[in-house]
Amino acid sequence: MGEFVATKINYAAVLPMLIVFAAAMIGVLVEAFVPRASRYVAQLPLTLIGLAGALAALLLNSRDNQGITAAGAVVVDGPTLMFQGIVLALSILAVLVMAERLDREGADAFTQSGASVPGSPLEAQAERLGATTTEVFPLTLFAVGGMMLFPASGNLLTMFVALEVLSLPLYIMTGLARRRRLLSQEAALKYFLLGAFSSAFFIFGAALIYGATTSTDLSVIAKAVGQVTGLDSLLVPGILLVAVGLLFKVGAVPFHSWTPDVYQGAPSPVTGFMAACTKIAAFGAMARVFYVGFEALRWNWQPVLAVVAALTMVVGAVLSITQKDVKRLLAYSSITHAGFLLLGIVAMDRTSIAGLMFYLAAYGISTITAFALIALVRQSGAEATHLSQWAGLGRTSPVVAAVFAFMMLSFAGIPLTSGFTAKFALFAPAVAHGGVWLVVLAMLASAVTAFVYVRVIVLMYFSDPIDGVSVVNPSYLTYAAVAVGAALTLMLGVLPSPLLDAAKSASIFLR
Amino acid sequence: MTGVLSLSPHVASLAAEGSALTTRDASGASAIGWLMIALPLAGAALLLVGGKALNKIGPLLATALSWASFGVGVAVLLQLMGMAAGERSLHLNLYSWIPAGKLDVNFGMLMDPLSMTFVMLITFVGSLIHVYSLGYMEHDPDKRRFFAYLNLFIAAMLTLVLADSYLGLFLGWEGVGLASYLLIGFWNWNPAYATAANKAFIMNRVGDLGLLLAMFTMFATFGKLDFASVNASVAGAGKGTLTIIGILLLVAACGKSAQFPLQAWLGDAMAGPTPVSALIHAATMVTAGVYLIVRSNAIYTATPDARLAVCIVGAITLMFGAIVGCAKDDLKKALAASTMSQIGYMILAAGLGPVGYAFAIFHLVTHGFFKAGMFLGAGSVMHGMNDQVDMRRFGGLSAVMKITWITFGLGWLAIIGVPGLSGFWSKDKIIEAAFIGEGWRPWVFGLAALICAGITAFYMSRLFFMTFHGKRRWTDDVHPHESPLTMTIPMMVLAVGSALLGLAIGPTGIITDWLAPVTGAHEEGEPVIPVPVLIVLTLLLVAAGVALAWMRYVRDAVPVVPPVGSLATRAARKDLYQDDVNEAIFARPGLHLTRGLVFADNKGVDGAAGGTAALIGGSSSRLAKLQNGFVRSYALTMLTGVVAILGLVWVIQ
Repeated sequence: MGEFVATKINYAAVLPMLIVFAAAMIGVLVEAFVPRASRYVAQLPLTLIGLAGALAALLLNSRDNQGITAAGAVVVDGPTLMFQGIVLALSILAVLVMAERLDREGADAFTQSGASVPGSPLEAQAERLGATTTEVFPLTLFAVGGMMLFPASGNLLTMFVALEVLSLPLYIMTGLARRRRLLSQEAALKYFLLGAFSSAFFIFGAALIYGATTSTDLSVIAKAVGQVTGLDSLLVPGILLVAVGLLFKVGAVPFHSWTPDVYQGAPSPVTGFMAACTKIAAFGAMARVFYVGFEALRWNWQPVLAVVAALTMVVGAVLSITQKDVKRLLAYSSITHAGFLLLGIVAMDRTSIAGLMFYLAAYGISTITAFALIALVRQSGAEATHLSQWAGLGRTSPVVAAVFAFMMLSFAGIPLTSGFTAKFALFAPAVAHGGVWLVVLAMLASAVTAFVYVRVIVLMYFSDPIDGVSVVNPSYLTYAAVAVGAALTLMLGVLPSPLLDAAKSASIFLR
Repeated sequence: MTGVLSLSPHVASLAAEGSALTTRDASGASAIGWLMIALPLAGAALLLVGGKALNKIGPLLATALSWASFGVGVAVLLQLMGMAAGERSLHLNLYSWIPAGKLDVNFGMLMDPLSMTFVMLITFVGSLIHVYSLGYMEHDPDKRRFFAYLNLFIAAMLTLVLADSYLGLFLGWEGVGLASYLLIGFWNWNPAYATAANKAFIMNRVGDLGLLLAMFTMFATFGKLDFASVNASVAGAGKGTLTIIGILLLVAACGKSAQFPLQAWLGDAMAGPTPVSALIHAATMVTAGVYLIVRSNAIYTATPDARLAVCIVGAITLMFGAIVGCAKDDLKKALAASTMSQIGYMILAAGLGPVGYAFAIFHLVTHGFFKAGMFLGAGSVMHGMNDQVDMRRFGGLSAVMKITWITFGLGWLAIIGVPGLSGFWSKDKIIEAAFIGEGWRPWVFGLAALICAGITAFYMSRLFFMTFHGKRRWTDDVHPHESPLTMTIPMMVLAVGSALLGLAIGPTGIITDWLAPVTGAHEEGEPVIPVPVLIVLTLLLVAAGVALAWMRYVRDAVPVVPPVGSLATRAARKDLYQDDVNEAIFARPGLHLTRGLVFADNKGVDGAAGGTAALIGGSSSRLAKLQNGFVRSYALTMLTGVVAILGLVWVIQ
């Protein structure tokens, strides 16, 4: 037995993650020791400072300290930093939306007592005592920490741990809606069960790969994959099962069924956060697994992923036509977008990784903004998510309707919005790398979804408003998030080059 | 200042192209060429955000800005005319949209003879229609919004023709689509109009798809999207690729220009206010497809196969529109059918290649004048007839609406090609060009063009006679009267254009010489039938068409209730069953696909759902209920997916 040698860790490279996790721990302590009345006031600045500090550390420090660290378990390279940076920036936006209090003591979107049975005396008591759900802030931080580790994992086991770290807080946050609590809790349970199911596929796949290559380390796997022969029957199913775990997270067909239910049940700000940031992290991890680990076997997995991408686009687009609930509509839209994003993985080229990053950032910004707006449209206190309730919003609340319409145009990929630039940046490399039929399909799918989005706009502007629906007046938190989101959506459409340049220069994986 | 820096290689690439045209940086009047787009755009923004304060002054402001844009256009045109023919191309870089690496895309303006021809047509006719709308929309409570959309349309259309790259063109392309959508649905309290707007939207998306795919293919092949680089790289590209690009561009043109098989939306688009029909659906936007094809002439010249497809589409639409036009009783829809048919002439000419490009544009310009004039006349008639459009309820209007009668009459004589008037010069050239060539093509395309000249004469005369001559078949509550001067003056101006423009720029060779630097030197060819014979034949057919219309609609009484009509008439009335065909080919399979997927989804959620019931009644409420299904079924879906994937791989290996 050799002596135990502590692994060397490049602390400068992983500093952003450490900051986020530290802030999350402090958040837990705040929950334990700070009096109830001051928890919100303590948690919000702590969370924002934690996220902003991590982003600052990433921009100022980590860029000069790239490398493989923690015995190959964590890889801090261009793509990692890019994905982490986007996750951090977007989670700041998302936290601003989550923290919206309206005229309450605590955040408006969350129940006062997540542990109580809906409608029970316990719930009533908790409400009387003025309970708050400030746990969402540390939970968000833990999730963000997991999302940062996910694309940085150089090892399938680290990746699995990151997957769980990011998922578990999300399961809880899904179940914390203040209104329609049963729907919310049902969604959380579904998400948890199906998530556990998909995690099992992932870990089973990792075991098969270990059996074939005797390692879970991606760079070792990459070398072994090229050399090992005769073990394809172990290796290929292993790769595909790992892929299933990741495809579940991005909501690709046929692993998408949770998406509409969870998007609808979760509190709208959480949906926005989840839709944007989970996708970024999961596509980051997927890109690393396929580009670094399994590149040599691309002829085996590429067709499968291409079929999944095609299915995802078509099913998402077609089903979005019949949706009547704006949150479910955006859920199916997110499925379609996941299909588009898979093109960036299938194309297997540096430029498509840059397009993927840009697309994720653009889509994430628009999504968080859209869900922030959804949380504002109310009928008798509850969120008015049925499309018929959105009729005539253009007349009653011109600003909300205009910004939401702008987000819809961005999802549809109309020029001068970030959505168009993103599609251009993602599809052009795909055409150049043999994905022509997929791009044709993607264009058809986006033509279908464009119709769906424009229908929402028509509904808002060309129909008579219905009584009782109103837009609540939010605080500066939501204002700030929506303003930044709208500004960035426009800016990435008009002046996309800074982010495109950054993405391009950050698109090489360390192996 | 990357934009300025990246300009020099741009110019260099143009010079290397070795074409007849050298491009220079814009200076002088053209340096402020961006004002052409900026002025109406600012007008649209101002009117939309200005609120009620601008209700009174807004429409006037919009009209003034449109004229100002025309003024800048004239200044640039004068500057271009002062230059040597081979140098008439000015480039103005506006800003670098995506300057990074391979995706190097700048947004700039290209002011050359082709784009300036369009600028003149758009701003002049557009401004006249602004003036006309001042009268036409006078009592509309929402006219500020209407004028904002009109200005937005002008800005978008100018972007389309002035852009220096396909990407910029696409921006304008989407912009005119948006403005058109807003203007068709302007009177949105009428559900039928909203449906029309939707149809136009969907058909146009198919066209957009073609343009986008063409752009992706160009980008993958040439690495660039600006006209100069694409034109320069055409020589080195494979024939197959060029044909694909050509076909995709044709799909785009079909969507925008209402060409077969994407023609169905134009008739419905007539639901919009009449000035909009005149501006967008007759003179400018619908001709964008012709612009796209002529602008891409370097590609089409290199690929005869794609050109053949263009010719076929043009010829089919030409016939289609003419036949439909013969049976329509709705004044505006008959004019719409005629527009479709006339654009078919232009597309056919563009498809003929170097012999036809210039004539396509020539006919486009003259058509812009006489068709816009006739639409404005139609608006004037509707104005006096309580917004009725049924020609069977008109008749004998020549006595009460003298100015409308005369101006419309000039447009009518021009479109049927009476010698001396504009349409004669431009359409006869296309007929001659269509007869040039070898083998079966000149006979097919030439005869189509020739016969349609006769049909055009028939249906336009029918329209004219039914409206202005014969017995008065008015409903009791109408009191027709001439329209105010704001409406009649634009009509008079356009009528003068319909009469004289063709003579001024056609036989003098001005238009062909002017366009030659862009479209390549005009090729002369010998038609398979001698030119004088062709002219006589055309005139005979035209005379026959007019005579037939006179017999049936002036000499014989026109029944107020449409007769049942022959099978052909009934088919033409129903637009040759275009909606039924669309329904059968696209809508129903789409519906079944949706239902099928919904069914699959239902099944996955809740196995108890009856299969047939789900298939038939796959309504959304039901769907929402069923999708809130059991987690075990979701897990089953996932497992099925995993098994399918693994099974697939196992089978492959």
